[in-house]
Amino acid sequence: MVSAGPEPAPDDSVLLDPASLHLAPTVERSVKVLVVGAYGVGKTTLIGAVSEIPVLSTEETITAASIGVDPRLGEKTTTTVAMDFGRVTVGGTTALYLFGTPGQKRFWDLWAGLAEGAVGALVVVDTRRLEESFEVLDQLEEHTALPVTVVVNEFPDAPRHATDAVRAALDLPPDTPVVAGDLRERRQAVEALQALVAHAVRLARAGRAA
Amino acid sequence: MTDGYRDHPVRSYVLTGGRAHPSRNTLRPETLLSAVDDGRELPVGAGRHERALLETCRGTLALAELAAYLRLPTSLVAVLASDLVDAGYLAIRSPQAYDLPGVDLLEEVLDGLRRS
Repeated sequence: MVSAGPEPAPDDSVLLDPASLHLAPTVERSVKVLVVGAYGVGKTTLIGAVSEIPVLSTEETITAASIGVDPRLGEKTTTTVAMDFGRVTVGGTTALYLFGTPGQKRFWDLWAGLAEGAVGALVVVDTRRLEESFEVLDQLEEHTALPVTVVVNEFPDAPRHATDAVRAALDLPPDTPVVAGDLRERRQAVEALQALVAHAVRLARAGRAA
Repeated sequence: MTDGYRDHPVRSYVLTGGRAHPSRNTLRPETLLSAVDDGRELPVGAGRHERALLETCRGTLALAELAAYLRLPTSLVAVLASDLVDAGYLAIRSPQAYDLPGVDLLEEVLDGLRRS
């Protein structure tokens, strides 16, 4: 059986048997969704619950110009950040990729490129640390025109907030969907994804009508 | 600089070192790729990363999946994959999307998710 473990093979060869992980021959196009949120809010949990393949990870190098390096010094500091992602085939012909990415400003380099052409962004929040989501939402609003849906990850020990309270606390626009669920559960994770895509459909229809 | 001489269909991994950007900007992390199965072998001088890439891509995979399986950054695999596409060893399977997904595609995705 294949393994998606993080340890590199000693000879640097391909560890996985990709044959069992290839897309079906009927798949002819792909779309992507960004799963954004602060560290530890459950991005990878959501991706893993939805994905038909084991969650994959790549180490991406980004220039860390915004970590306090004075650009006038001409020094480019680089840092690596792990990007987790998964995939689900929908309707037999389309591969939907879910790219998890930290939403903080200092990682903007990484997800600026990712955001291009995306269906939208699913912002995962933890009600115990709502303040950490402000920066994520600000970055999305400032730099992208992506449809956004907020999903409250209902951790077993976290207090339940009505989605209206979360909307008010995050000062979200009235048309931004807010959903909640236990993101370990596939059904609930998929429903959050549906809420985002339905929102994207509404916005696209409105844009086409305009 | 030997990189100015473009006779080799596939340049080695070492030679990609100076280039931060792929030869085409259309490869995104979700772009679907698969090896061209026409029996043509890579030149003897091809690097091990190119060989591993084509071996991994005998069926359809997205650029990001290739990067994960090869344990290389997506940006680097984009450079390697672009060269292999230019040289005819690798094919782009998904339509080249320059715009946002359209309403029809979004509705199909939504419908597919509801039935999943």
